[in-house]
Amino acid sequence: MTGLLDVRGLRTVFHAPEGAWAAVDGVDLTIGRGEVLCLVGESGSGKSVTGFSIVRLIDPPGEIVEGEILFDGADLRRASQEDLRALRGNRIAMVFQDPLSTLNPVLTIGEQMAEAITAHRSCSKAQITEESVRALARVGIPSPEVRLRQYPHEFSGGMRQRVAIAIALLNSPDLIIADEPTTALDVTIQSQILYEVQKLARETGTAILWITHDLAIVAELADRVAVMYAGQIVESGPADDVLDRPRHPYTLGLLKSSTGTVQPGERLHQIDGNAPRIDARPSGCPFRTRCDRVVAVCAEVYPARQQAGEQIFRCHNPVTSASVTSGEDLP
Amino acid sequence: MTAYFLQRLIQSIAVLLAVSVVVFFAVYGIGDPIELLVPPQASAAERLALIKRLGLDQPVWHQYFTFLGNALSGNLGTSFVHGVPVVSLILGRLPATLELVLLSMITAAVVSVPLGLYAGLNPDSRPARFIMAGTVIGFSLPSFWKGMMLVLLFSVWLGWLPTAGRGETVAFLGLQTSLFTWDGLEHLILPTLNLAIPNTVLMVRLIAAGASEATTQDYVKFARAKGIPRRRIVNRHILRNILIPVVTVVGIEFGSLVAFSTITETVFSWPGMGKLLIDSIYQLDRPVVVAYVMLTTLLFVGVNLIVDVLYAALDPRVKLSGGMT
Ligand SMILES: Nc1ncnc2c1ncn2[C@@H]1O[C@H](COP(=O)(O)OP(=O)(O)O)[C@@H](O)[C@H]1O
Ligand code: SF4
Ligand SMILES: [Mg+2]
Repeated sequence: MTGLLDVRGLRTVFHAPEGAWAAVDGVDLTIGRGEVLCLVGESGSGKSVTGFSIVRLIDPPGEIVEGEILFDGADLRRASQEDLRALRGNRIAMVFQDPLSTLNPVLTIGEQMAEAITAHRSCSKAQITEESVRALARVGIPSPEVRLRQYPHEFSGGMRQRVAIAIALLNSPDLIIADEPTTALDVTIQSQILYEVQKLARETGTAILWITHDLAIVAELADRVAVMYAGQIVESGPADDVLDRPRHPYTLGLLKSSTGTVQPGERLHQIDGNAPRIDARPSGCPFRTRCDRVVAVCAEVYPARQQAGEQIFRCHNPVTSASVTSGEDLP
Repeated sequence: MTAYFLQRLIQSIAVLLAVSVVVFFAVYGIGDPIELLVPPQASAAERLALIKRLGLDQPVWHQYFTFLGNALSGNLGTSFVHGVPVVSLILGRLPATLELVLLSMITAAVVSVPLGLYAGLNPDSRPARFIMAGTVIGFSLPSFWKGMMLVLLFSVWLGWLPTAGRGETVAFLGLQTSLFTWDGLEHLILPTLNLAIPNTVLMVRLIAAGASEATTQDYVKFARAKGIPRRRIVNRHILRNILIPVVTVVGIEFGSLVAFSTITETVFSWPGMGKLLIDSIYQLDRPVVVAYVMLTTLLFVGVNLIVDVLYAALDPRVKLSGGMT
């Protein structure tokens, strides 16, 4: 299957004196045009590194060592620096986690929007202003003409994230990679922004890779979901399938600990233990140190990729459900 | 804004008053200028007349208030040695010092911005290591030693440049300057270099540290994710943020260069304010020393104010308000 973005076998390591540790370890992802894919996992599972690897914004000591990043048919791993620059912010835009630090404090919002346009196309001053005003209005910022002349510190966190999203929208990208863009915001603003982003994606046909640790967001937003653990995708598929019938014990654990699934008064479930550090990943299945379905083979053999309908997962002892077709092993 | 300036004005006056007391009494505690001023063959009557004429027969506190009263009307006293008002004496030496200081600050800025940016953006490269090692050497050598080595190398051994003095000057806007004659420029090179080295070194280190820190900031990564060309990221995003500390240092250093370019001016016999200060201290020319310190205090206060205003212009988060300290 090929989509707008096709990541195959991506492996990104960080070099340390003792060796190279893989933050992203053989990741496959596919996003179709106009599709919203949520990449979910606990902190430290390699979601951000995956996002930055796609646009090749990995700085030493990090290095992308294996895999293909096919974007619209071309492998970004072979793209030149100038090709990548021309692509970033133009065909693939990003929104970062912390809205307080992503905008340059000493430049006006207007300047930071204008440069995002002029980096990719020549444009008259009037046109730049018009497009910037339109983008700000689209993400729900009142009196955009005035706001253009202001500096980031004159905006609240939620407003700054809207500005960042407006900047991402400026060049009508094919794909937006949003790295936990609402994590730093409070819940009401979070759902407003979610709603608006979803609407914009539909209107413009922009595909979204939405990175989050919160399954509640997945339910609201995603067409498809990929669950990441210790640098690997442990389960992926249509959001409804994965949320309704999780096959991987880790996905189930995440679901149980998600705020969206608990009833009032019920205690929030926690997955025991912590995610393994990048330099201390267990052999076999990386989740085995925390898994309550662990079997003997888990320690020795890395689970093969299994498919049930459109759902893909890697587990020796998957969560059972009547509707699961028997696990056909794929290479 | 107005409240801010009012507060700063009151602060400044308080600083000036405090400095005047300290300096006045300190200087009057050192040595007896009469011994140096009165010719050995003078009679006792002549000696008394001189003491009376200079006001030295009055008690110290009385002398201080006389000084203060005169100072308020712009008269900081008359030089014991030169017999002319000290303000015009000092200001007469100002152009020579200013031209030296300005030229050295410009040199420092022009040299340090590209070097510092390069070293900060490519910290592991060989040239960057070379630059940073150079700054350590530049830092640790004392000014008089550097000055003498420059003279030794360029004047004595190579014979390229003059050793001392200001060279030929011409009038420009009513001031004498060495900037527009070949001879004057030749005389300027070594003292300018000597004065510029410590500031260049300081600014290279500041800019390099600022640049390497800025590259790790989210706003730089975000700019890269927007596809902004590297040149613009460096010139607009990074440099603009580094300028804030640099402006502070330039301001402070400018003040201290004007006030205390003493060593360089002495080594190169440059007839500026610094040399005047040293000469006056040797000759116990009290009014000159006191006035000198008062004027440099005024200079520092002024420079500080300018730096604050520049700060507000560079950093939109800084608001000049009465509450700021
Ligand atoms: N700049 C870096 N240097 C070294 N290791 C890093 C760096 N960035 C990320 N890592 C490693 O990669 C792992 C995954 O990080 P990240 O992708 O940021 O996780 P997530 O976004 O899922 O919270 C981290 O646990 C960390 O060990
Ligand atoms: S492979 Fe084994 S340890 Fe890993 S998730 Fe499945 S059951 Fe748990
Ligand atoms: Mg992250």
